[in-house]
Amino acid sequence: MAEQPIKVVVGKPGLDGHDRGAKVVARALVEAGMEVVYLGLQQTPEAIVAAALEEDADVIGLSILSGAHMPHFRRVKELMDQQGLGDRLLTGGGIIPTKDQETLSGMGVGKLFGPGDDPQMIVAYIREWVKEHPRA
Amino acid sequence: MATAHEKTQNDLRSTPVRDAEYTTVSGRPVEPVYTKADVPHLDSTLPGEYPYTRGVHPTMYRGKLWTMRMFAGMGTAAQTNERFKFLLQKGQTGLSTAFDNPTLYGWDSDHPLSMGEVGKTGVAVDTLADMERLFDGIPLDQVSTSMTINAPAAWVFTMFLANAEKRGIDFAKLRGTLQNDILKEYIAQKEWIFPPEPHIKLITDLMAFCSENVPQWNTISISGYHIREAGATAAQELAFTLADGFCYVDHALAAGQDIDDFAPRLSFFFNSHLDFFEEIAKLRAARRIWARHLRERYKAKNPRSWLCRFHVQTAGCSLTAQQPEINIVRTALEALAGVLGGCQSLHTNSMDEALALPSDKAAEIALRTQQIIAFESGAANVADPLGGSYFIEKLTDELEADAEKYFEQIDVLGGMVKAIERGFPQQEITRSAYEYQKAVSEQRKIIVGVNDFANEGEELVIPILEIDESVEREQVVSLRKVKEGRDNLAVKDRLEKLERAARDNRNLIPYLLDSCRVYTTLGEIRQALVKVYGEYKEQAFY
Repeated sequence: MAEQPIKVVVGKPGLDGHDRGAKVVARALVEAGMEVVYLGLQQTPEAIVAAALEEDADVIGLSILSGAHMPHFRRVKELMDQQGLGDRLLTGGGIIPTKDQETLSGMGVGKLFGPGDDPQMIVAYIREWVKEHPRA
Repeated sequence: MATAHEKTQNDLRSTPVRDAEYTTVSGRPVEPVYTKADVPHLDSTLPGEYPYTRGVHPTMYRGKLWTMRMFAGMGTAAQTNERFKFLLQKGQTGLSTAFDNPTLYGWDSDHPLSMGEVGKTGVAVDTLADMERLFDGIPLDQVSTSMTINAPAAWVFTMFLANAEKRGIDFAKLRGTLQNDILKEYIAQKEWIFPPEPHIKLITDLMAFCSENVPQWNTISISGYHIREAGATAAQELAFTLADGFCYVDHALAAGQDIDDFAPRLSFFFNSHLDFFEEIAKLRAARRIWARHLRERYKAKNPRSWLCRFHVQTAGCSLTAQQPEINIVRTALEALAGVLGGCQSLHTNSMDEALALPSDKAAEIALRTQQIIAFESGAANVADPLGGSYFIEKLTDELEADAEKYFEQIDVLGGMVKAIERGFPQQEITRSAYEYQKAVSEQRKIIVGVNDFANEGEELVIPILEIDESVEREQVVSLRKVKEGRDNLAVKDRLEKLERAARDNRNLIPYLLDSCRVYTTLGEIRQALVKVYGEYKEQAFY
């Protein structure tokens, strides 16, 4: 049986309009053979997690460059845990200071990427993570 | 048969060279050398002379240096006011206001969607009370003020006017610029409220109001900056920006305004990216194209209507989080291109902007960069010093031709509003962004410190500005106090009148001004107008 492609929900929570990075990454993931559900702008954490649930996604990727990363990542992670998606990867990128990345990592959020990081690093990270965390 | 010139170029192409991709940052191929034959029709006009390729003034910076205008805004109005005064004290010559995301969308700080965003990437403004604090102690009749606001621009501007009025400053003395460019929001920056037509109606309302009441104000700053930051090439930035400009002209004419009443107050805003010569050529081409279209196509008679006057900001997207100090050098090169391209005002980015909002120190270095260009480099002594360079002139011609091709495509689609609704400029930009990223990934384009010359295990040694989460709580409390202290019956009355005026398709600026005077919030006005105009939803694609 053919292997299922990795499914990634990509969204921009909050009011940040900078979608260049999210779009470039979404395309790189597709070219790497993953399935991407691109939600676009102005998403609430609730809508993002609902989409991930409906799509049975392996990964949620958030892009935030506006400085509002803490409450959004926190809320999305909470909702994932509550709705039975605690075993899926929450990752993302934007302008996120190292200190905040560490706090988020302590809450179970995956690796976060920043300016200058190559999209291929994200592809490799997601592949590796999914391989190491087979679904029960 | 090959001409002597073609032969030279062919010979040079077959001469062994370094293994590199010889294209601009926009992917434009460039020749090893340019000669007279590349520019058979050399533009021999002078600066200050139609079509203004060489500059909008005959003497350029001998007459007046560009305005050093640093974009600033963070936290509360009081915090931003402090930064304004700091920059003025360091020798900045104009103000430029950055608003936070909720303000840019017209949401109040206590709206659920504002969670986590208040004061983060700009200053939070909810009511006239914030506007009062923001410009407290700043002589608005002496310093020109720019406000980067678009979707709710009309009522942020009337809030600014209400503040000036309270302070007894004559509207006729106010100088500054409102960004007010909604088309590039749909294309690139993505901060809109209504569908395009009602937004454009508000823009033409403002043009009409200012022609009469605030004559020194630039009613719009038609912006390529965000288009470029979203990934456009230089040619796409040039073409889509000017096409947006033509679209506003068409709408103002359709609303019955005279071209020479409003066109002199249209201004522009371009990016200055790292490809030095291409950027200079782009700025020169912008002036020539705008002048030609305004004079020949739109039949403007007043020479001021022909001028493409613009602000330049160095490219935020060229800054790296890695080795942030070297961003000072990138910004200096980009700023010099802006000056050699003949900008009227300039913002220089700070070295830390790929990491956070600028610290005081970083903003000061960025301002000092402009002062070095102005007072040490000699660049301000001569108008259009690169005019006549075969390469610059050839690039200027090429960029103009590329832009004209895009104008034709946009015309075929039925104009810019239709093109945007079909996603045409958005898709062009998304494609360019991806191609550039691929070139970086494959090391065809080198970014120092990122995909080459990287430092292993680098540690950050520059200070980083943090916006505390308490800003949001503080702002929400202060908004509540304003709402408790104001005349709520007056607010209700003004909002009803505003809504009625919108339904009757009247010029809304006087109604917005009346609403702002009584401390109506940004979000309350948004709500009243959304009832009439509806909200815009974008089709997400990548």
